[in-house]
Amino acid sequence: MDMKAGKKLGTRERYALMTRDLEWRTTYQPMDKVFPCMSYEGIKIHDWNDWEDPFRLTMDVYWKYQAEKEKKLYAIIDAFNQNNGHLGVTDARYINTLKLFIQSIPPLEQMAARGFTNVSRQMAGGGARIACLLQAVDEIRHFQTQIHSISNYNKYYNGLHGFVGQQSRLWYLSERKSFFDDAITAGPFEFMVAIGFAFEYVLTNLVFVPYVSGAAYNGDMAAMAFGFSAQSDEARHMTLGLECIKFMLEQDPDNVPIVQRWIDKWTWRGARVLGGIGMMMDYMLPKRIMSFKEAWEIYFEENGGALFNDLARYGIRPPKCYAQTVAEKEHISHQAWLGFYQKSQAMSAHAWLPTPEEMDWLSSKYPNTFDKYYRPRFELFREMARSGEPFDNHTLSMNCQVCQATIHYTEPDDPTTLCLRETDHQGEKYHFCSDHCREIFEYEPEKYVQAWIPTHQALQGNCFEPGVDPSAPDFDAKAALFDYWGIRDGRDNGDFEGSEDQRNFSAWRKLATQN
Amino acid sequence: MAVRALGDYEFPPRDALGNFKGRQLLYVFWEKHLLFSRPMALALDPALRFSDVLAQHVVPAYRRHPDFPRIDWSQVRWIRSGAPWTPDPDKSLADNGLRHKDLIRMVTPGLDGLDGLGG
Repeated sequence: MDMKAGKKLGTRERYALMTRDLEWRTTYQPMDKVFPCMSYEGIKIHDWNDWEDPFRLTMDVYWKYQAEKEKKLYAIIDAFNQNNGHLGVTDARYINTLKLFIQSIPPLEQMAARGFTNVSRQMAGGGARIACLLQAVDEIRHFQTQIHSISNYNKYYNGLHGFVGQQSRLWYLSERKSFFDDAITAGPFEFMVAIGFAFEYVLTNLVFVPYVSGAAYNGDMAAMAFGFSAQSDEARHMTLGLECIKFMLEQDPDNVPIVQRWIDKWTWRGARVLGGIGMMMDYMLPKRIMSFKEAWEIYFEENGGALFNDLARYGIRPPKCYAQTVAEKEHISHQAWLGFYQKSQAMSAHAWLPTPEEMDWLSSKYPNTFDKYYRPRFELFREMARSGEPFDNHTLSMNCQVCQATIHYTEPDDPTTLCLRETDHQGEKYHFCSDHCREIFEYEPEKYVQAWIPTHQALQGNCFEPGVDPSAPDFDAKAALFDYWGIRDGRDNGDFEGSEDQRNFSAWRKLATQN
Repeated sequence: MAVRALGDYEFPPRDALGNFKGRQLLYVFWEKHLLFSRPMALALDPALRFSDVLAQHVVPAYRRHPDFPRIDWSQVRWIRSGAPWTPDPDKSLADNGLRHKDLIRMVTPGLDGLDGLGG
């Protein structure tokens, strides 16, 4: 048989044929019935052909590219694990950052995958659909590779075993969970601003740098390799988020105020989630990368500032919360860690007091605030611990109705006064951590009155395993709650000083380095 | 504003009084004492006397602060929803007019935390 090979297709042609060319106008059903979520948020799209593909990637190229990255990643993870790499980390306190990571981030990646799968179905334009679909697959891959790169630690250390159930049960994880729950229950365009833009573009470096550079600085090659393997995906996610915002803004001037409100809302919600990251950067990494304040200045004020300047031509201004986040950068990591330390009995991770050297580092990084406000509190806690009765705040915490953060941040202009806000809605009182969260509530109260606030759920008696009878004579409320949380009292929780993790790490490291 | 949605969007509030099995929520915070990083959340019998709330919950939670022994309880003031509020210690929560999910802030004049700086 006489075969004639045709001319090989160029990237652009291949991309057009395999993505945009798959679009069609429906004939049996009207388009708005096939894509029912395209208009109710108020966003007006006139022509999907104006969508600029932020990257040209077809599914076959995607598989090939990702498979190569996987091979490298798993080779590194295997080598690290086989060589007992966990004993090479700076010190066992570092592993607690991995506990907080695995308890919250992989489940959120999965929620991101669900969200992008939904949006890739709902978007009426082919270019947006394929880009969101590829991102959904990325997110599933991140979910898997994060678990694989951290799971080896679960063989040796406490507190990593229960992340699947803990994410929707543990009091301190609800803040991050509620961020994604809020996003995936929004419409497709708001989801793209929430995750695609605010999270992936404006704030991603403030998550990526602490965890991935934190892993590198602290000798954790497994977590570092995961981060690098995700990096090229993240670059794609950023460009998709930005393209989607620009597309909405260019399609119709009526979209501008809607997008602005979403930018205000989601930048603030993101900033609140990052309080926990700040705490990790300043207190949990034994070898620190930079202070949270410095990171905020580089990645939010400088990079974010440039981005908002760029968007000014569309009539977009910087998010309303901008000034407050700048005022708070000298405070929130300290306030968050003080809160964690005094509630470490109820955590599936350890907390600890900073050493004198670490406090000196904090003084140098926070010359305006650390010695004045925060050092005296840590020193008093240190004194209490020395006296044999460390401080344990046995009371239950109060959460913001919107961001679900523990209400422990101060007034933006007064670090001696706790910031508390409230409002009444249909005869019921609601509390918030800030003006911004109250404003988010007041715009859509019907959404946030349903919030699953961990403390309230525990007090309603909803935080026990099925079959537990709180009226039984031998009922032990604390033990029942710990069962529900998946915390093994005395092993997973409490102060790092004197913990099983601390003892084991030290003993194993000795075995590995001495006879 | 109301939620924009494709269909009806009405759900009962998850923390309505009726869900707390006869108890009501009360949040308490000691102003300028951020050593205790956040307010405490309590679920209490509305018939409980206010003095018992202090004895059973507030004192045990705050007793370890160096300012605590210096509190002059006759001078303590309270703030509820941004306005001064004067409880009668011998009356119940309900008779003191405390509603479900009220937050009360305890002010101790002259005692402003560690070094007088809110700690």
